[in-house]
Amino acid sequence: MTSDPQAAGAVNEDAPQGDPIDDLLPTGAVLATRLADGEWHRLHPATPLLRGGIVIIALASYFISQARQQLIDFVLGDPHAHDDSDPITLLTNHGRLIPVLLGIALVLILIVVGFYFSWRVHSFRITDEVVEVRSGLIRRSYRKGRLDRIQGINIVRPFFARLFGAARLEIDVAGHDANVRLDYLSSSNADGLRRDILRLASGTREREAEQARVADPRGFVEQRVAEFIAPELDPSAAPAESVVRVHIGRLIGSILLHDTTFTLIVLIVAAAIASAALGRGFVAIALVPFVLGLGSFLLRRFTKSLRYSIAATPDGVRVGFGLLTLSNETLPPGRIHSVQVRQPILWRFPGWWEVKVNRASKSNAKGADAQRNTTILPVGNLEDVLRVLALLLPSLGAEATDALRSGIVGTGDASGFTNSPRRARLFRPLSRQRNGFASLPGAILLREGAVWRRLTVVPEARVQSVAITQGPAYRVFGLARVHVHTVVGPVRAELGAVDRDVAIQFFDRVSLEVVEAVRSDPSHRWRADGKPA
Amino acid sequence: MTKRLDLPDVVWRRVSPKYVIVDLTSAAVVTIALVAAACIPVFVSHFTALWAIPAVVLVIMILVLAFIPRRVRAIGYQLRDDDLLFRRGLLFQRFVSVPYGRMQLVDVTRGPVSRILGLSDLHFVTAAASSGVMIPGLLAGDAEELRDHLVSLAETRRAGL
Repeated sequence: MTSDPQAAGAVNEDAPQGDPIDDLLPTGAVLATRLADGEWHRLHPATPLLRGGIVIIALASYFISQARQQLIDFVLGDPHAHDDSDPITLLTNHGRLIPVLLGIALVLILIVVGFYFSWRVHSFRITDEVVEVRSGLIRRSYRKGRLDRIQGINIVRPFFARLFGAARLEIDVAGHDANVRLDYLSSSNADGLRRDILRLASGTREREAEQARVADPRGFVEQRVAEFIAPELDPSAAPAESVVRVHIGRLIGSILLHDTTFTLIVLIVAAAIASAALGRGFVAIALVPFVLGLGSFLLRRFTKSLRYSIAATPDGVRVGFGLLTLSNETLPPGRIHSVQVRQPILWRFPGWWEVKVNRASKSNAKGADAQRNTTILPVGNLEDVLRVLALLLPSLGAEATDALRSGIVGTGDASGFTNSPRRARLFRPLSRQRNGFASLPGAILLREGAVWRRLTVVPEARVQSVAITQGPAYRVFGLARVHVHTVVGPVRAELGAVDRDVAIQFFDRVSLEVVEAVRSDPSHRWRADGKPA
Repeated sequence: MTKRLDLPDVVWRRVSPKYVIVDLTSAAVVTIALVAAACIPVFVSHFTALWAIPAVVLVIMILVLAFIPRRVRAIGYQLRDDDLLFRRGLLFQRFVSVPYGRMQLVDVTRGPVSRILGLSDLHFVTAAASSGVMIPGLLAGDAEELRDHLVSLAETRRAGL
């Protein structure tokens, strides 16, 4: 034990109480938890069980379902149970049940021992500069993320983990699948640790002393129940109310009117007509995979969007949702690379919109998580959208509201928009009056579409490069396409059918403004200058 | 009035004329492969009218090959004070401006034909996949010099994402 220098430190999940912890801290500040003190810590003891939980449950349910008939027979005393295909019957009949059970017990013991050791070697450390995680018994792995490159911190509480009062902390660092995951921590630690990491990452050197945490007088069970019910882990950490409420009726309506549902219905109707016309059912059968795929997409969208909340915190925007698996993510300022407000065609009647963003981190490739990462507002009316935009792009200020509103629903050259010229009407027959761009201080607005309306906002400090292109058709009409490149995501910031000269001016001006915006951008240490964000 | 895209104030630095050979070689290989593939229907069906397919492919590819020298001459770049400008394309023109601070890495690569001719390609990679700045056909020494220059420029203008 003492031969391992890392194991000798404070590796317990909760450090011993009553330490003069302030002396240990790298910057002499008081943090909400004792986990961000630059020492190695271990995770929640139930971690291996929770990470391997699905497998264990699957195995257990398999055995139970296999043994069910035996149990019923045993209880009811049915003498006619002689199904040779059943493995347990087979084993009993050959007198080998006991050795097999012993073997299973041995395997279980080995698994538990393996879990224990894998938990022992799985530890993390958070310092002023980096967060590090090392794990693995046989294949060692080591991950390190720089705090100033944090793109977001996500607390996920899967249903199973909630029963144990555990939560997963995901620290998104820029890059594809470059997350540092701390799974699992106890729920209260997870929230405190998030605040600590954000505080360390924000560059705040003079941190206000946090009042000592009051010991929770409630018993174990009451605390679990309270944690299980609470939508936010730590109510005091979320002073701001959610600025948007998504009522369940609106959510259901938004999904019923979504383009995907529309496609689904069109497909089904087409299949029904085709089947009736041909007098055969096989056309409908060919559609089954599509229907299942689209249906599961919609269902996932629904469950992922339940209990949605978005609020401003001192360290960025906090977005939470989920019914069974709660997810609650904090995006520090300047981590949003582009924003798109768009309206599926059928949402026009109720006046709903959705907001998507591009971010530098791809949380993980899981389809179910893709929505959480890029959809900031699943459905909302115009006022909701404007409130969300004000949260996402605080630098724009209140005077930008007019331009944003005009960008979402407006037409013509009001609020500083430059539209496509008349000769572009061949390319934009319906949307020429909408197709245009505007520049706000620090942001570029691209407005498109009369039927599928879209507004793309790109903060200039986040632009990677600017481009203009022209193909042969655009050349004949003296037009060009402008592109604003940001990190990869669902939002593509480009605008076609722009007047050639205007496009060149746009290119010249924006490339200069981007350089200036990049130079003066403070967001990688967003509170380093001492003033609250 | 010209309707082509152009940036009037920029004096472009051009790539080596030898790059024409590199581009011609790779286009010739593609031409042979495409024409060979286009011949397959004829041999499978023995239907002589299908010779039209490889003929059309050949004519298109000869046009492509004929325009390669002009396309290479259309490639240009310029180091401005704070950003790298890059242009390419004849029929489909593209102009890109990348601030030096946005550089994530710069990569110098050489293909087999380029190596024989002493040329290198320089890739300027940003966090956006769509930036796509690749300056081909630089003399090997120039490419390394440009790489070091870009790295030092990016160092002085270091920025987050």
